[in-house]
Amino acid sequence: MKVVVDEEKCVAAGQCVNAAMDVFDQREEDGIVVLLDENPSDDLADDVRTAAAVCPALAIRIEE
Amino acid sequence: MSIDDDAGGPARVLVVGASASGLTTVEALRRKGHAGPITVLGDEPHAPYDRPPLSKQVLSGAWEPERAALRTRDVLAALDAEFVFGDPAVALDVVGRSVRTESGRELPADAIVIATGVRPRQLPGQQDLAGVHVLRTLDDCLALRGDLLAGSRLVVVGEGVLGSEIAATARTLGLDVTLTGPLAAPMALQVGPLVSGVLAELHTERGVKLRLGTGVVGLTGEGGRVTGVRLATDEVLPADVVVVAIGAIPATEWLADSGLELDNGVVCDSRCRAEEGIYAVGDVARWHHEGLGRLVRLENRTNATEQAMAVAAEILGEGRPYTPVPYFWTDQYDAKLQVHGFLPADAEVDVVEGDLTARRFVARYRSEGRVTGVLGWNMPKQARLRRQEIVDGLDAPAPTH
Repeated sequence: MKVVVDEEKCVAAGQCVNAAMDVFDQREEDGIVVLLDENPSDDLADDVRTAAAVCPALAIRIEE
Repeated sequence: MSIDDDAGGPARVLVVGASASGLTTVEALRRKGHAGPITVLGDEPHAPYDRPPLSKQVLSGAWEPERAALRTRDVLAALDAEFVFGDPAVALDVVGRSVRTESGRELPADAIVIATGVRPRQLPGQQDLAGVHVLRTLDDCLALRGDLLAGSRLVVVGEGVLGSEIAATARTLGLDVTLTGPLAAPMALQVGPLVSGVLAELHTERGVKLRLGTGVVGLTGEGGRVTGVRLATDEVLPADVVVVAIGAIPATEWLADSGLELDNGVVCDSRCRAEEGIYAVGDVARWHHEGLGRLVRLENRTNATEQAMAVAAEILGEGRPYTPVPYFWTDQYDAKLQVHGFLPADAEVDVVEGDLTARRFVARYRSEGRVTGVLGWNMPKQARLRRQEIVDGLDAPAPTH
């Protein structure tokens, strides 16, 4: 699984961090998404899919 | 995991509404392995698109309208669902579990998901006047944008989230903008007096005229075109474009004869069930929030997604009570506000991080000794990190009186 984030679309909601905190974080200054792990392991796959689904700005794309 | 129909085959699911909550329901069903047929019925002619950009990026022109599409054509096709656009539902048969559409389709299903959203409230007579707009759909947005580009004086009626965002966007486009409404400051109902006071300063600095604290009684027009907005004081605010953003009403007219309980939305239990096999999601759903012990209806983008995922799980027999911590955001000029939880009007509000005057802060809202909400102003991460305080407040036993 490969994860791609779009910083321009990101609205800094942080919902992705709630869903998968090992894969996503937010910048301190403006809350924009920080991708911690571009290729998360299989045991994180469900959480990452949830993170992509709950992102209110559609800023997370998953390439399986 | 899947559900079966009466004959043991994979169940047929019908989703009425093709916006964020409807689409997410379908995606969550497929992700969880539901293989049965799914039909999505939409009243608009468009494929699913996102609404938050309509008052911001699409209205300003920063985005082409296509960029608001929720999914590409290929992604939609891969869902293997039948999408029917431009054909509103007109009736629901609860017992027979079937929906009739305006064009005469009869759509039976084993599970029906109501995701018809809300429609904007209007002022009396506004439909008879050119230049008066609401903003809910993509077509509304493009019509408003056309008038904003041609116009010079905009009055926004309604000081809520939508009205405040439209005022900011229109000001950025260079229009002369007046924001009017009955409350004392922008978003006073949503964020309380302290933060709405800061919003009032921000809008004033950016050149929006605030004419707040007085009701609107109607519109003035000439030759079929709007000329102004009449206030309760009898003052008329001159305008060549008017946006009416005075809230929305759940789109439940089509359910009037269904027998479902309708009371400011489709009334549901804690698992978003209106009846056996019938569910409601998104703006239209008013469900029993067990953490709060009362019915709640949320009109925000995040709820559309989260509730749809909860309903998909419920349909597949994996459900549990839906008890979200609500979240919404708003962008106005360079201010990005993030709101987690509930901000009751009588809450005690403290700035717990940052600085109000620097317009970078986190405010915490407490009611009856419990944290009910957190608001971040240009401090998104810091606000989110306090979300757990709200969860703890929801879990705490309710105070007795």
